[in-house]
Amino acid sequence: MKVGLFIPCFMNELYPKSCVATLKLLKKFDLDVEYPMQQTCCGQAMANSGCSKDMKSLAYKFVDTFKKYDYIVAPSASCVTMVKEHYEPFFHYNEDYNKVKVSIYEVCEFLHDVLKIEKLNVKFPYKVGLHNSCHGHRTLRLGSASELNIPYNNKLKNLLNLVEEIEIIELQREDECCGFGGTFSVSEEDISIAMGKDRIADHLNSKAEVITGADMSCLMHMEGIIKRDKKPLRVMHITEILAGEF
Amino acid sequence: MSLYNHPLKAKEFVRNDERMHWHDKALWFVREKRDLASKSIPEWEKLRTYAAQIKSHTMANLDKYLLEFEANAKKRGIKVHFAKDAKEHNEIVYKILKENRVEKVVKSKSMLTEECRLNPFLEKRGIEVVDTDLGERIVQLRKETPSHIVLPAIHLKKEDVAKTFHEKIGTDEDNSDPSYLTNAARENLRQKFLNAQAGITGVNFAVAKTGGVVVCTNEGNADMGATLPKLHIACMGIEKIIPRAEDLGVFTRLLARSATGQPITSYTSHFHSSVENGEMHIVIVDNKRTPFLQSNSYKNALNCIRCGACMNTCPVYRRSGGHSYDYVIPGPIGSTLGSFRDPKIYKTLSFACSLCGSCSNVCPVKIDLDSQLYTHRQDLREKNIISNKKRVTMQFAVWLMNRPLLFSFISKLARKTIPLLPKAVIYNKYNIWGKHRDIPQMPAKSFKEIYKEEFKND
Ligand code: SF4
Repeated sequence: MKVGLFIPCFMNELYPKSCVATLKLLKKFDLDVEYPMQQTCCGQAMANSGCSKDMKSLAYKFVDTFKKYDYIVAPSASCVTMVKEHYEPFFHYNEDYNKVKVSIYEVCEFLHDVLKIEKLNVKFPYKVGLHNSCHGHRTLRLGSASELNIPYNNKLKNLLNLVEEIEIIELQREDECCGFGGTFSVSEEDISIAMGKDRIADHLNSKAEVITGADMSCLMHMEGIIKRDKKPLRVMHITEILAGEF
Repeated sequence: MSLYNHPLKAKEFVRNDERMHWHDKALWFVREKRDLASKSIPEWEKLRTYAAQIKSHTMANLDKYLLEFEANAKKRGIKVHFAKDAKEHNEIVYKILKENRVEKVVKSKSMLTEECRLNPFLEKRGIEVVDTDLGERIVQLRKETPSHIVLPAIHLKKEDVAKTFHEKIGTDEDNSDPSYLTNAARENLRQKFLNAQAGITGVNFAVAKTGGVVVCTNEGNADMGATLPKLHIACMGIEKIIPRAEDLGVFTRLLARSATGQPITSYTSHFHSSVENGEMHIVIVDNKRTPFLQSNSYKNALNCIRCGACMNTCPVYRRSGGHSYDYVIPGPIGSTLGSFRDPKIYKTLSFACSLCGSCSNVCPVKIDLDSQLYTHRQDLREKNIISNKKRVTMQFAVWLMNRPLLFSFISKLARKTIPLLPKAVIYNKYNIWGKHRDIPQMPAKSFKEIYKEEFKND
């Protein structure tokens, strides 16, 4: 099976370590993974700012780049959401898009639902708090949203539980938003910071040593506050823990 | 044009860190109560689906159900009036009051009269209007608007209430004991109830088949207002109709649990006629509701049963307070209603949202609130209401992203130069991201570069 690796633009530039971890993690399962070099950006930031009309060309470019793969896998729940949920208006009954739409997966979702992995052979002897980022949690349904009356499941936790010696801590608010929200983090700066601080406090109060999650953008926002406020917490993309790359 | 701006108003609210956290916790407490209550019913998700279906069906056939309701209400001796907008609504109410020589009115449970700004309208014409729900009474005495649709005074602490009551109804300044304050308010209101010549109430549900209306309250004051005076005027938006009495159970089970976590509101009162020798009127208002019915993107917003759950769960509302929305209904539902009605004035509301989606999952009638807010943003761009700066920046970003080599080059340059810059240059006043956050550490190489060097030929 041929897997196209999609790396969000900002991760490519700022978080290559998590990208390498993602690639290594996938390679561990003997997949034919390819990273198409011409890729750039899914257009999420523009669309969330209201400018989806202007980023149509990026959507076409994306579909064109990735249509040939059996699966498209990305270490970013929110970018996957963008492609799955918000490209629709640009493509009417377009076969290529329909294929992309059903074959794109957030990396944890892919490991959990497609590969159905049962073993990882890695250790991570730390107390870890999981940040259920909203797009992954509520749109991709990587975990049961706390608002719903449905049986509890959390794909990210299931995967983390395959890691040896890890201790996943309980939070007061399991799936509260961290306040990143793309350009929200700038246009509603005060609320964004307040939300980020509260999210971090929840992890600290629960004695976490590391915050992890499936969205580097949320983690980047919290990392920025943690560093500024000199809090004793590390931030790691979930693929780094799952790949044993830290 | 108003200079209304959510981020600025939010800034004011957040500035008082202690109060902001108190507000956040108070509402989160209600949200948790709601979670427990909703999880106590195994068929909760099914109920939500039914509720959404009943509402959507009713809205699609609203003309038919409104006429059915009118005919059945008339058969019961209720007088039914239709108003196209707030002005007409207020005039109708005033006319009824005048004909009955009413000088004092008690009012309960009506966001609609807030929307129509009925109080100032009547007061200007010499009629005393007293809001009788405790929270609404408090904000009325303070000359404020409700900051939440179910908990109108949630932005105030008990000490604030003690101060207001001390000034307005003469309670002890230092006594902020909630039962003392509630009793004092009750005492004060009793007199108002006894003297009132008319009671105005809102409507939670109007049943087409029976021609009666249902009002849900916890304080029982709507019942007092509707039954003590001889004249009862119930005011409702056109969207309050449900087809049959059988449908009501679906909504009452959802409403109280979603609103406060109670299994049912203390009073679910049915009004099917006037009191003996009295009169009952129902005023049904459109006031910019029909455009929703014609809009595929936003019509679900009319299904709202005003439980307030989306506010309690919204991380932005909890931290910015209801007044930051500056619209009669705050929070996610208020943002979508306001943006649709007056996109120019409320252009910041659809952006006062991180698109976390909690509201849509909590909503008992499954309104797609977060996607509506996303769509509003696209509409603002379409109508050229977003700032030019934002549009041009985004267009430039797209232009750049369509040029992978150039983008890689610029990024590389940034990664190389930013670490060399002095802090003062990076953290300047234009770098809003960096005011309270460090920027990420710049890695030496991008993933693309690493991939080319190490993995490409694997
Ligand atoms: S939109 Fe839904 S959650 Fe919000 S007040 Fe209306 S019914 Fe309640």
